[in-house]
Amino acid sequence: MIELRGVTKRFRTPAGGVHTALADLDLTIGPGEFCAVVGPTGCGKSTMATLIAGLERPSAGVVLVDGEPVDGIGRRTGFVFQQDAVLPWKTVLDNVSAGPRFRGADRATAHEQARDWLRRVGLAGFENRYPHQLSGGMRKRVALAQSFINEPGILLLDEPFSALDVQTRSIMADELLALWQLTRPSVVFITHDLEEAIALADKVVVLSAGPGTVKAVHQIDLPRPRTVAEIRFDPHFIDLYQRIWEVLRDEVRVAYARQTTTVEEYA
Amino acid sequence: MTTTHAESAAPAASVVDPRFAGRVRRRRVTVHLARAAVFVIIFGGWQLCTQLGIVDQFFFGQPTKIVRQAVTWFRDGTPYGSLWTQIGVTIEETVIGFVIGVALGVVLGIALGRVRLLADVLGPYIKVVNSIPRIVLGAILTVAFGLGLESKVLLVIVLVFFSVFFNAFQGAREVDGNLIANARILGASPGQVTRQVVLPSAFTWILASLHVSFGFALIGAIVGEYMGAQQGLGLLIAQSQNTFNPNGVFAAMFVIAIIALVAEGLITLLERRLLAWRPPVSTGDTAGV
Repeated sequence: MIELRGVTKRFRTPAGGVHTALADLDLTIGPGEFCAVVGPTGCGKSTMATLIAGLERPSAGVVLVDGEPVDGIGRRTGFVFQQDAVLPWKTVLDNVSAGPRFRGADRATAHEQARDWLRRVGLAGFENRYPHQLSGGMRKRVALAQSFINEPGILLLDEPFSALDVQTRSIMADELLALWQLTRPSVVFITHDLEEAIALADKVVVLSAGPGTVKAVHQIDLPRPRTVAEIRFDPHFIDLYQRIWEVLRDEVRVAYARQTTTVEEYA
Repeated sequence: MTTTHAESAAPAASVVDPRFAGRVRRRRVTVHLARAAVFVIIFGGWQLCTQLGIVDQFFFGQPTKIVRQAVTWFRDGTPYGSLWTQIGVTIEETVIGFVIGVALGVVLGIALGRVRLLADVLGPYIKVVNSIPRIVLGAILTVAFGLGLESKVLLVIVLVFFSVFFNAFQGAREVDGNLIANARILGASPGQVTRQVVLPSAFTWILASLHVSFGFALIGAIVGEYMGAQQGLGLLIAQSQNTFNPNGVFAAMFVIAIIALVAEGLITLLERRLLAWRPPVSTGDTAGV
């Protein structure tokens, strides 16, 4: 269970000004709920994830996980980054077993657990490879196994598949759903892709153009299990897409207009 | 790991045009011939100029006499014992100082790179000490610690420390923030982050500095011996200079050059082993074609 109450986050810009990334944001994500967060570029989506993870502190307001205020990185938190964050000098097996090892498990137990998770993400046989020897999709699988092995109660994914090609993306999305159904953490899935958001989530949250605040929340009542590549042909999916896009479109326009004017100012 | 590269390389190699392969081979022969020519021109020219009296061999020696001097040292020994003893003494000073200097440089570099406060407090002092021409310290060290091993080892440590330190410091600062954030979320303590994320990441920088700093180590040992010693290659150079024997100076120089080349090879081997996780980089040979 994740609760954000009146959360505001300000950053000091290098020029000396203050940039407000999030303003007075309220949001609740239930236990085991899959929540996707969409919004235009620069609306503070990623900032929201870092606040829930405890990597940053809010400037005002409070973030609660299971009723407790977030104070530093929680033991039950998992985070999948947009860029590669697996350790390049560790083999696949050592990368996946890193979590249990950091948390004090002995090598044999950690390796055994890691082999289990590697089998679940379809990477059995790749234990001794280094990350640079894998494709982008395989490295993402390593990252997923690395997070899921800690059995997180809340899992944050910050545009995890945006660097992958379209086909790999929908396959990875299916993998993610399967893993989620296995351990059922509360998920916050940050994305700029509305189609991906609807296909995966129980709930889609639209953030306004920065400073980010909740513009709209849509329940996605599509039946599970879903196949990401096919669900987009469902008439109800198309209906939902149109409704949410109406809301998102305005925010994207505002953000785009701002971007283009700043470019003109610089020019 | 190597097998996968061989597999992926094999089909690519088989489609190479035979004419292209021939061109590569011919180019390699040309390079080797040109290298031999450069050698002949330099040493032949040196020999010829000194023999014809264009260049005074009292100052510049002569290749054949340098070889003769080296052979004499190897066969009959030097005034301070056999040549092997001199080489051994110099290598001992170099290696002990190098190891201690590298260890200190890595530990302090990583510590300052990780702890902001420490870097802010000690930073200016380290910059000041670094701007001093440290080789001059050799003069003080010889007086303070005598003609034996200690004074040379200390000089070597001083020379090696800074080059390793600055690289380790820079390496610790340049670690990808995502890797650290990921490790922290997976449950790593600050100590685990330092050992398992920062140190391996900084290793690329540290290993690069070892090539330069082993050179410094050798310079430190030789200069230390030159300033005052009872044994070693630096003493041999000093003694040759004092007896107006340029061939001795050059012979000792070539022995030192061989030591440096062997050490360079060993460091490259160490580098390859420790950085096995990195994607293979194209070698100079293929890049040149």
